[in-house]
Amino acid sequence: MGSMFKVAIVTFPGSNCERDVQTVLSRVYKFQPDLVWHTRPRLGNYDAVVIPGGFSYGDRLRAGAIAAKSPVMKEVKRLADKHVPVLGVCNGFQILVEAGLLPGALTTNSSLRFVCKWTAVKVINNKTPFTLGYNKGHTFSMPIAHGEGRYFVDIKTLDTMKRKDQIVLVYSGDNPNGSIESIAGVCNEQGNVVGVMPHPERGSESILTPLGLNNSFGIFNSLKDYCIRTHA
Amino acid sequence: MTSLTSEEFRYLREKLRREPNDLELRVIEAEWSEHCSYKSSRKLIKQLPNKGKHVLLGPGSDAAALDVGDGYAITVHIESHNHPSVVEPYGGAATGVGGVIRDIVSMGTRPIALLNALRFGDIDKDAKSYSRSKWLFRNVVRGIADYGNCIGVPTVTGEVEFDASFDEYCLVDVASIGLGRTNRIIRNCASSGDYIILAGGATGREGMGGATFASKDMIEENRSAVQVPDPFEEKLLIEATMEAAEQHYIKALKDLGGGGLSCCLSELSDTLGVGFDVELSKVHSKENNLGPSDLMVSESQERMLFVTDSEKLKGLKKIFRKYDINFSLIGRVKNHHDLVLRFKGRTVGKMTSDLICHAPMSVRLSASPLYINEIKRASIPPIEPPSLQKVLLSMISSPSLANKSWVYEQYDHEVGARTVLKPGSSDAAVLRLTENKLISIKLDGNSKHCYLDPYYGTLGCLSESSRNVACTGAEPIGIIDHLQFGNPDDPQTFWSLEESVRAIIDFCKFMNIPVVGGKVSLYNETFKGPIKPTPVIGCLGIIEDAKWITGSALKPSRTIFILGLTYDEMGGSEYYEGYHKVTGGVVPRLELNADRLNRKTMLSLIHDNLVTCAHDCSKGGLAIALCEIALEGKTGLEINLDLIPNNCSRIDNLLFSESQSRFIFATSQPKDVENLLKSTPGLVYANIGNSSDSKTNKVIFTSLGSSVIHSSLAELEKNYNSLNRNMS
Repeated sequence: MGSMFKVAIVTFPGSNCERDVQTVLSRVYKFQPDLVWHTRPRLGNYDAVVIPGGFSYGDRLRAGAIAAKSPVMKEVKRLADKHVPVLGVCNGFQILVEAGLLPGALTTNSSLRFVCKWTAVKVINNKTPFTLGYNKGHTFSMPIAHGEGRYFVDIKTLDTMKRKDQIVLVYSGDNPNGSIESIAGVCNEQGNVVGVMPHPERGSESILTPLGLNNSFGIFNSLKDYCIRTHA
Repeated sequence: MTSLTSEEFRYLREKLRREPNDLELRVIEAEWSEHCSYKSSRKLIKQLPNKGKHVLLGPGSDAAALDVGDGYAITVHIESHNHPSVVEPYGGAATGVGGVIRDIVSMGTRPIALLNALRFGDIDKDAKSYSRSKWLFRNVVRGIADYGNCIGVPTVTGEVEFDASFDEYCLVDVASIGLGRTNRIIRNCASSGDYIILAGGATGREGMGGATFASKDMIEENRSAVQVPDPFEEKLLIEATMEAAEQHYIKALKDLGGGGLSCCLSELSDTLGVGFDVELSKVHSKENNLGPSDLMVSESQERMLFVTDSEKLKGLKKIFRKYDINFSLIGRVKNHHDLVLRFKGRTVGKMTSDLICHAPMSVRLSASPLYINEIKRASIPPIEPPSLQKVLLSMISSPSLANKSWVYEQYDHEVGARTVLKPGSSDAAVLRLTENKLISIKLDGNSKHCYLDPYYGTLGCLSESSRNVACTGAEPIGIIDHLQFGNPDDPQTFWSLEESVRAIIDFCKFMNIPVVGGKVSLYNETFKGPIKPTPVIGCLGIIEDAKWITGSALKPSRTIFILGLTYDEMGGSEYYEGYHKVTGGVVPRLELNADRLNRKTMLSLIHDNLVTCAHDCSKGGLAIALCEIALEGKTGLEINLDLIPNNCSRIDNLLFSESQSRFIFATSQPKDVENLLKSTPGLVYANIGNSSDSKTNKVIFTSLGSSVIHSSLAELEKNYNSLNRNMS
């Protein structure tokens, strides 16, 4: 049964992964994804929002900094306040952090180099719309591809985040970018806005998954389960 | 001072029936440069076979187009950016990527992959060139990475070779693949009254005379002739062009590369068979005081030229505004055949496009190089080292053979969600085109072989890239070539070019694979003289069924086979050159019949689903190839060297010979494989050993009952990662 859940994929000049997310959401998960250009004044009723990866505004100033000031982000915030699930992937995560929808900052990788490879991650919070299909502690893999993915936050905020269960994913084993406590993904206090550095859209199909790895099919599948539940 | 020869100048004056003015002379200099006119090589490359059932558009367009069925076409193009990268490696390499991408975009197709082939000087710690080579290597890789990553086109495969002949120099070859609907390919057309629009980056004083600069020996560093990259602008240009092509808003399209507006305007008007009236003061520029000749020869990046009619212009403008792209209407298409250049209303140049685009061909002399015979005479086989284990460990840690994850992990090779076989996991990159159709592609070069014997060296590159593509399960459908040589005035250099072209003709005619695109780069010289002849060959293959996709990782408990015969062909091998520091000996020959038979056999085994991993034997020979599949699959193996079909006089030759046409593969159905191979007349093959069960992590080669190589995977891995450690 194909679901008719609508997902807005918010696209900025320099976004790169919007078509990948769109193809995977429609072909693999049967969502109805729309590419929404950043100048759209109103975001209608969407069941979820994805801010895809890329180099919005060429990473000028700081990754995500310019896109975060774009008028469409006020609309994203409006939907987030209405508990609509919002996922930021890679540059999308950077934009959500710059827009103040998520805590912390994403800084240059400790290697000072861009890094692209498959990494294992572990589920810490399985209550978000994007992880509810997983068990806590479950480990799976998806690719990272970023130069500024080193998550940083001050210790006080980190403690609060832990208390409020805002750490969603951590790298398991190798910490590829030097993130504090190997953090790969976080959420807001309500749990509906999630940012991750790895790319779930690149790990959703078995043909693209290296042999022997568990891929990230469960991320968007969790979203689908969440949409079905909230509409039931 | 003009860069034209006195004959060229005389020819120009005769055709014009007057003296050219300064502007006209600069336009002619750009377009008649070797870089743009192929005046030395055109006669040769015209002989390359370029027809085939898949070919929609062959050489002559910005990129070649191949029909891959189901209504889709792929486009492909290869370029180098050697001269600029030597001077400014980051910007030179990055703008090389930008240029090749625009060639793909100008066909109306979306770029889906980038590839590269890189060559640097010696980066051994004690080499004289160590710090400069390392600086070039580091910054070229970063330039390619930053540009490709930002525009969201995955860099899916590459190769890197180090050789002392590239000290103080480097070769940076980049290729790109595009994908689009066959009926959306832009087939340039124009009629009188159409608008000529320049869109993208503003024109400034960058890359002034770059094409002319690339057509001279490198004597002095000239940083102002290197262009400045802006990948964000390129990304906007890609998206806007894709949207405009989708809406059929474009009648003709061409990218601005070497020679800037000079080459772009003249070549487009010449191929369209129409005249252009251009007002240069309309060009949007970075500074106010640019004169008409600056505007004509600037090589500012991220610019494209559009031709469209008044009806479509409105839609096109709207798309440019959506993406914040600057553009200017710089002229109109006319019924004559001239390129008319005006500046603030005044005519500043007027020549027929035909004259500009057809430089008089240069006559080049050719003579077999003296060094080839000298080296043959001088070469004495080195003494066999006492420990082949030590040799193997040293070779696998040499920069040319070592693991390159430091390079490819800096490239986003996953964006686009098409990359099925990723760098390091197979012989060639495999990308998904449609649900069940995939493309396989690999670039290969071998300057060491080509230096000793450009004919057999080039044949080897052709065979290697075809073998690599076949190992992934793909049938080759097209070849691209990039011919890089020194100064063609030197008859010995020109002879090497001729030999290389002769090899491509022989191979492609015999195999019935068309040459769909290519490029020639000459004047690759330093104060020490010409580079080693370096043709880089790319092979494109199609995988018709996703079940056939085959990687190179060895799995436990498999039987290992070899196809092909190993000869005492040590000339130009990594073993001779890298380990023994010996230049000389016999370069691997290629027997076309055996080459085809082995490749077809490899493919039919894969298509019968009998193969779990496949790998070709090339640089470093059989020993390195076996270590590579073991390391990739984290699985040990045991090989009986006595079973390997060979004509070798020594065991070190057997291990490290780079004889062509050989494959190794593993299977879980050895009986079925044996039956198929037995029934293939003329085939040379053998069952040579097994991979170990999952617990034994050793690589063991035995001969006459005792072990020649006995190494743990951990020890091999440590040596294999030496380049990554050195660069991190």
